[in-house]
Amino acid sequence: MLETKSIQEELRTIVGAGNLRPSTLDDAVCGMAPRFVVTPGTEQEVAAVLASANSAGLCVTPRGSGSKMGWGNAPRRVDILLSTVRLNQLIEHAWADLTVTVEAGCTLHELQSVLARQGQRLALDGLWPERATVGGALATNDSGALRMRFGSLRDLVIGMTIALPDGTLASSGGKVVKNVAGYDLPKLVTGALGTLGTITRAVFRLHPLPRNSRTFRFGADSFEVMQRCMLAIQDSKLAHTSLQVRCSSEEIAQADILFEATEAGLSAQELQLRKILDSTHVTKDSAEAWNARQDLWDSDENHDLIGKLSILPSDFAKFSKLLMVWSETHRFQWRMVFQATGVATLRLLGEAETLVSVVRLLRSNLIQDGGSFVVLRKPKALSGMDAWGDPGDGLALMKAVKQGLDPKGTLNPGRFVGGI
Amino acid sequence: METRIFQEFRAIVGPYGLISSPEELHTYECDGLTNFRVMPQAVLLPANTSQVQAIVRICHRERIPFVARGSGTGLSGGALPVENGIVLSLARMNHILEVDLANARVVVEPGVINLDVTGRVQPQEYFYAPDPSSQSVCSIGGNVAENSGGAHCLKYGFTTTHVLGLEVVLPDGSLVHLGGKCLDAPGYDLLGVFVGSEGTLGIATKVILRVVKRPECVRTLLAAFPSTNEAGAAVSEIIAAGMLPAAIEMMDNLAIKAAEAAVHPNYPDCGGLLLVELDGPLAEVGELMQSVEALCRKNGAWEIRLAQTDHERLLVWKGRKAAFAAMGRISPNYIVQDGVIPRTALPRVMSEIARLSDEAGLKVANVFHAGDGNLHPLVLYDRQVAGQEKAAETLSYRILELCLEAGGSITGEHGVGEEKKSMMSQMYSEPDLDTMQRVRCAFDPFLLSNPTKIFPTPRLCGEKPGEYLAHPTERAGLAERF
Repeated sequence: MLETKSIQEELRTIVGAGNLRPSTLDDAVCGMAPRFVVTPGTEQEVAAVLASANSAGLCVTPRGSGSKMGWGNAPRRVDILLSTVRLNQLIEHAWADLTVTVEAGCTLHELQSVLARQGQRLALDGLWPERATVGGALATNDSGALRMRFGSLRDLVIGMTIALPDGTLASSGGKVVKNVAGYDLPKLVTGALGTLGTITRAVFRLHPLPRNSRTFRFGADSFEVMQRCMLAIQDSKLAHTSLQVRCSSEEIAQADILFEATEAGLSAQELQLRKILDSTHVTKDSAEAWNARQDLWDSDENHDLIGKLSILPSDFAKFSKLLMVWSETHRFQWRMVFQATGVATLRLLGEAETLVSVVRLLRSNLIQDGGSFVVLRKPKALSGMDAWGDPGDGLALMKAVKQGLDPKGTLNPGRFVGGI
Repeated sequence: METRIFQEFRAIVGPYGLISSPEELHTYECDGLTNFRVMPQAVLLPANTSQVQAIVRICHRERIPFVARGSGTGLSGGALPVENGIVLSLARMNHILEVDLANARVVVEPGVINLDVTGRVQPQEYFYAPDPSSQSVCSIGGNVAENSGGAHCLKYGFTTTHVLGLEVVLPDGSLVHLGGKCLDAPGYDLLGVFVGSEGTLGIATKVILRVVKRPECVRTLLAAFPSTNEAGAAVSEIIAAGMLPAAIEMMDNLAIKAAEAAVHPNYPDCGGLLLVELDGPLAEVGELMQSVEALCRKNGAWEIRLAQTDHERLLVWKGRKAAFAAMGRISPNYIVQDGVIPRTALPRVMSEIARLSDEAGLKVANVFHAGDGNLHPLVLYDRQVAGQEKAAETLSYRILELCLEAGGSITGEHGVGEEKKSMMSQMYSEPDLDTMQRVRCAFDPFLLSNPTKIFPTPRLCGEKPGEYLAHPTERAGLAERF
C-alpha cells in the first residue's frame, strides 16, 4: 500500500506549486470541468502525475493547445487536465539525417519554422498549425492534403515516448528512418486520442522543402465528370503532391492540384495536366486553395456538424450524388473538401434531428464498402451522438489492448470507439 | 504429439496438406538463417482461411505453439519452428483475389509471391513498391510479418506503408479485420502494430495492398569512388541538396568483386560504388541527375555511368540484388547482418567495422541502402576452420552494437526473429520491452503464435513485471512502501 498525502499535495510536489491550478471555464472538456490543471515540465513529471492519478483512481485528460478537444466522445469523467504546453522543446533536428526529435507540446508552426531554416519540413499540413501541438496532431491523427504524397502521421513518425498510467515511460521505434526492431507502437498511439498513454515526445522523418510549387484549378459540371478527371490524374504519370475536390450542395465541384518540382518539372507537368484534362478549363490558382479544409471549420459552431469521411476514391461521385439527393429530401446543406486519397472533411448544416438522420444514413451506406464517417464537431444538442460509428470486428481486441496499457481506465475513459 | 490431434489436423487439411515424416520435415527446420534449426512436430498446408482458423483453434485448445511460414526466405529465423510446435505453411494460399486499379488496391492471399503482384498490374503500368532482394521468391505474408523493405523504400516506404488492410486469424482462432480498403478506419491502428510483428500476433490470411503507378522515367547512375567515405560524402550532399532519390545503394570493394564473380554486372573495380536511382517526370529527372553527377564528381567519383536502357538498368540492379548470394563465390560461409545507423555516422562506423574486421582476422564485405543508413555487412568465414564461425558471430553482433552506439537500430528490414532477440535489451529498456509485451498479451494471452521470437525474455501474460520498480511518488519522496 502507498501512504499518500492528498492528491493535490502530491501533484504539487511533482510539478511545483506554480504548475498546478484549479480549472477555469476554459478548461472544460466537453462541458465537464476538471478538478485540477497540471502542467508538468518534464516527461518524468508526466509519468509521475499519471501514476499518482492512477493510484488515486482519478481520470486524466491530456491536452496540447486544446484546438481539437471536442474530437471523440465526451469522456465519462475528467478529474485532471494534463497540459503538455511546457513540454515544448525541439530536442534535436538532425537535419543531415532528415529526422527531428521534438516534445509533444511544441506547436506545428514552431517546429516547421525551425525545420525550414535547413530547408526541410514535416510533410504534414495539419489544422491550425499556429496553435496545434505535435502531440495533439498525433493523438487525433490529423492529416491534410499533403497526405497523398507523403502519407499520414503514421507514415512520418518513426519513434515515440509515451507515459503510461502506471508511471512507465516507454519508448519504441528510434531515431532512424528504417527500423523493424520490436512492435511499431508509435502507430498504435497515433490516432488513439490519448486513451493508451500520454505522448511526451516523438521522432519524425523529414522531407526537403519543395524547390518550387504551383497550384492549378479546374471545375466540372457533374460529379461523374469530376470523378473521371480525378481518377485520370491518379492513373497518370503526373507526380503531383496533392489533389482535392471542393464541392457543396450549392456550387459545382472545383478541384485543386499541387505540383512541387523543379521549374522544368513544373512546366512539363502543367502541359501534361492540360492534356489529360483535355477540354476542361485549367487555371493557375493561389496556394490559398489549400486552406479549404481548415476554412470549413470557420462556421457557426452550434448549427453544423463536421466529420471525417473515408470512402474509396472511386465512390466520390456516388456519395456526392447521394448527399445531393438527401440534402433535398431531408433539407440540409453540405460542403466537402475531398482528398483524392478518399479522406474528406464534410460539413453538414441543418436542424439537429436532420443531422442525426443524415449521419445514420451516411454510416449505413458506408459500411458495406468499409468506409466510415467520424464526427469531429457537433451541435450541443447532439452531444450524446457517438462520434465514431462501427469499429468493426476488432473492437474486442482494441479493448484488450486498452486493458493491457491502461487497466484502470485512467486515460480519457469513454472518449474512444466502443466506449473505450 | 498425440495421434488424435494428427487425425484432427488431417481431417482439416486433407492427407496432402499434412507433412509429418521426418525426411520431409527437414525442409522446414529452418528459414534463410540456417544456423538455427528446430524440427517441427508437423507442417500443415491450409488452403483457405477457415482451415487456418480450424487449425489454430486446435492449437489454442491443446496449447500447441505454432509458427506461420511463407516462402522461408527470412534472414533472422522468424519462421524457425518452435519445440513441440507445428508450422503452418501458407504456400497454398497463393491467389490474387482482387485487382482494383481505380483505387490502386490489390487484395491477395498471404502465399502470393511479392513480384507476382507487380506482374499482375504491370500491363497497366503499376507496381508493388516494397522490393526486398528476395522478391522473386518471398511471399507477401512473410513481408507483412517482417515489414520488409528493399532498395526503393527510401522514397516509397516499407511494407507497412503499402498494406492497407488485413484479415487476421488471432491465436484463439477468431477472425478479425484490421484496416481496410478505405483509410483511417475508426479505432486503434492495430494494422500498424501487426505489420512487422514477426508472426507473434496471429496469422494474416488476406492482405489489401496499395500499388503505385510507374513513374514517367527512371534513371540509374553508377559512380565509382576511391572509398566508401567519399561515396558517403556524396550521399550526404545529394540529400542536403533536397533530392529524394528512389534508391541510393553502396557497395565496397569486396562486395563488388563478389557481385562481379557471380553475375558479371560489369561494375568498375573501385573502393566504393554508388548506385543512385531517380524517378519521376522526365524533365525533372534529367535536370536532377545532372546535379547528382556533379555532386559525385565533386566528391571524387572517377567514373560515372548512366544506365541508358532498361537492359543496362536491370544489369546494374542484378549485381546489387545478387550481392548476398554472390558471397558464396568468394567465401565458403558468411553471415548477413542488418543494422541501421543515422546516415551521417557512416564514415565513423565504416572505419570501426574495418578495424574490428582486422582485429578478428575476418573479411567483411559491405552492401548498404546508403540513403536510409541501412547497413548489410557480410561477415565472411570458413566453418571448417576451428573457431571461425564463433568469431564471425561475435564480430557480427559487435557491428550491431556499433550501430546502437551510433544511435541506430539492430535491424532495418530482416527482423529480430530468433537471431537478434538477445540484442533487444541493448536497444530498448525493460519498460519499453514490457510495454510491447503487454500489447502482445492482448493478442495472444497464451503465447502460442511464434512464442519464442523477438523478446529476450517472454513475459507471461497476467503476471506482474517481476522487477521492483519504485513508484514515481516514492521517488519523489511523497510516499513509501511498507
